[in-house]
Amino acid sequence: MASAAEELKFRDPAKARALTEALGHELDAIGRSPVSVMHVCGSHEQAIARFGLRAAFPRSLDVIMGPGCPVCVTDTPEVDEAVALAAQGARVCTYGDMLRLPGTSKSLADAQADGGKVEVVYSVSQAAELARRRPAEQVVFFASGFETTAVATAAIILAGVPDNFSVLSSHKYVPAAMDVVSEMKETNIEGFIAAGHAATITGWGLFEPFARRTGTPVVVAGFEPLDVLAAVVELVRLIRLKRPEVVNCYPRCVTKEGNRPAQEKLWKVFDVVAGNWRGIARVPRGNLELKPEWDHLNARHRFRIDTAAVGGAERNLLADRCICGSIMSGLAKPDQCELFGKECRPESPVGACMVSSEGACKIWHVYGGHPNLQEVA
Amino acid sequence: MCLGVPGKVLTISDDGLSATVDFFGVTRELRLDIVDEPVAPGDYVLNHVGFAIRRIPPSEVEETVALFDQILTEASSGDLMAEDVRGEIASGKERSRG
Amino acid sequence: MSFEKVALKHGAGGRAMRALIEDVFLGLASPVDGIGLSALDDGAALRVGDRWLVVTTDSHVVHPIFFPGGDIGRLAISGTVNDLAMMGATEPLALTCAVILEEGFPRADLERVRDSMLAASREANAPIVTGDTKVMGKGELDGMVVNTTGVAFADRVVTDAGLRPGDRILVTGSIGDHGMAVMMRRHQLGLEGDVRSDVAPLNGLVREVLRAGREDVVAMKDPTRGGLASVLHEMAGKARVGILLSEPAVPVNPEVRAACEVLGIDPLVVANEGKAVIGVRPGAADRVLEALRSHPLGRRAAVVGTAISDRPGQVILDTGLGRRLLAEPDGEPLPRIC
Repeated sequence: MASAAEELKFRDPAKARALTEALGHELDAIGRSPVSVMHVCGSHEQAIARFGLRAAFPRSLDVIMGPGCPVCVTDTPEVDEAVALAAQGARVCTYGDMLRLPGTSKSLADAQADGGKVEVVYSVSQAAELARRRPAEQVVFFASGFETTAVATAAIILAGVPDNFSVLSSHKYVPAAMDVVSEMKETNIEGFIAAGHAATITGWGLFEPFARRTGTPVVVAGFEPLDVLAAVVELVRLIRLKRPEVVNCYPRCVTKEGNRPAQEKLWKVFDVVAGNWRGIARVPRGNLELKPEWDHLNARHRFRIDTAAVGGAERNLLADRCICGSIMSGLAKPDQCELFGKECRPESPVGACMVSSEGACKIWHVYGGHPNLQEVA
Repeated sequence: MCLGVPGKVLTISDDGLSATVDFFGVTRELRLDIVDEPVAPGDYVLNHVGFAIRRIPPSEVEETVALFDQILTEASSGDLMAEDVRGEIASGKERSRG
Repeated sequence: MSFEKVALKHGAGGRAMRALIEDVFLGLASPVDGIGLSALDDGAALRVGDRWLVVTTDSHVVHPIFFPGGDIGRLAISGTVNDLAMMGATEPLALTCAVILEEGFPRADLERVRDSMLAASREANAPIVTGDTKVMGKGELDGMVVNTTGVAFADRVVTDAGLRPGDRILVTGSIGDHGMAVMMRRHQLGLEGDVRSDVAPLNGLVREVLRAGREDVVAMKDPTRGGLASVLHEMAGKARVGILLSEPAVPVNPEVRAACEVLGIDPLVVANEGKAVIGVRPGAADRVLEALRSHPLGRRAAVVGTAISDRPGQVILDTGLGRRLLAEPDGEPLPRIC
């Protein structure tokens, strides 16, 4: 990464072709179809879709996106909490993706249109700054994202925040995504690609028990196209050799132990708790909540949040036809949804997967709708 | 928002809490609260929502390219038995280095 | 697509805007001897004797008014001169300039804009012959709005609809400069970098293109709102061809690419104000490319794609590592870019 030119080392077409060929050899050696592997990270799907990698993969390989979009798995009651707080007069700050996520009847964007104080921030420090500048207001940070983002929230809290600042945590814990899918009987995922930047924080060691328990290999991959290709080749090789191991293919950012200082901060502030993931299930270790010693900064403790008061508007009938849950579980693809690209588009999203920049449907839509172009000459 | 983009540290603030980082021609300020090692001008860091989350050792670029080549070598040979052995050695190396 | 109230997206140059025009404004069209409103091209072309009178009009609402590389004045002149040039009319006969000013607008800024307009007008050899001036109360308008109308004669009109399978597609230079320059100047993104708008009149450049390519130049359009992606979709749709675009071949300045990477924006959908997309018959590609590169505004010109018979109306992107469809942008992602 010394310069754009060096960065291109990770986008070198010749190496990409070689890796794709190697992938072909591995799959030929396995000899059956499909071989299904899953990743759990919106940024991986973006890399795959953006560079058109599925068109280059051999046909017997199915690379599926799992529930790797933290916004997409944020359940409606959590959105209702944020909407209620805005209705109750707090200034609710959030990352852009959460703005249009549907609650039971409203999104934060709707709350904003109704006169609520809702602000999009690019970083949690911005929200804390806002609280400093407006001491008479209650400023609530509606915190979304996996643990990579949660460390930022933790760091800000530990650095000190003003009294009028609080956090409504909707952070999620990404290893749970792999647990959830591996426990579903209908899926047949033979290998997992772990989220590279979450692993930068947590380290790759924590995947070893998972690999042993489930008998599926795990590779850790970076986000440049060659990172993804190399990791997929390695994963398919491990599948062929029936070796349920963890291999780190992103050593420049990920170590076995991970980023210790970041972890310390994270676990000083957050606990892993059970939660409901939208469209999927109750996930025993899926959510990150502020520890009891931070109750004074926890919006759920500071306020009596009245979600019942967030009125019930007419039920969105389109929502019944949305298959985000199946898509996030890897059981269906975005272009198999009857609403995809028609009633459900980025400017008029029906499901969470179309709202978030990490959502499978949004990514497929942005990158052309049907990313697999193997049939094109 | 493009997550996890690597950039080069230009300057560190006096209090050591933030850095000006260059992303191939555009710069921005990053907080240093959670980076795993001390950071100095000239270092490469990975950015996530305005925080540096990893100091990327310079040698890792070459090592990563070497890793790609290794994966290529393992996977493209037709001799499956020898591959097993090679693979064992290779993943032993990767895991101890990873 | 029906709507009760106009939204920002209706001005973004994409699907929503097209729907607005089709639903509301196409009703204004009446038959003309030539290319009129219903063609929805960069301008109109009316038969006058054995020549064509090309007419185009543009309003400019860019914010901020001054940005690296230019300002609303340069934009107003260049935009209209370029629309004329895209139709094949490279010798503007005259331009008009109507301004609406907000009460309180500083005189010094107004004169700065005027100086810019004068410079651009001279660059393009396009005289400004008449105008109009209005003032609205403070808060009733944001600073300044400029409308320019241009007229020119042309012997041959080049539309945006002439591609055939096999034709080559060229861009005259680097993509994404204007949109990123405006965006970085407008927002507190915490990004600093040397990104400058490319805003410039292109009639001189296009004159060279037409001299070199003649009837083999079959489609032209400037990639303003919605960027290269929008233009390619329009050209593909109107001609009922597919387009195969090579992403590695599209020139992008390193700073623009960096800003786009950091912000997660695709340079292919970002607005340009000093570039053209040109479709040529395959035999003419080399000489048109040479003509472009010999001109100061075309040094980084490149052949970036080919029209194909597959997938009419769609654009396939070859990323160098794989392929995918290039989505038709819903419009310019950034409001008030031009």
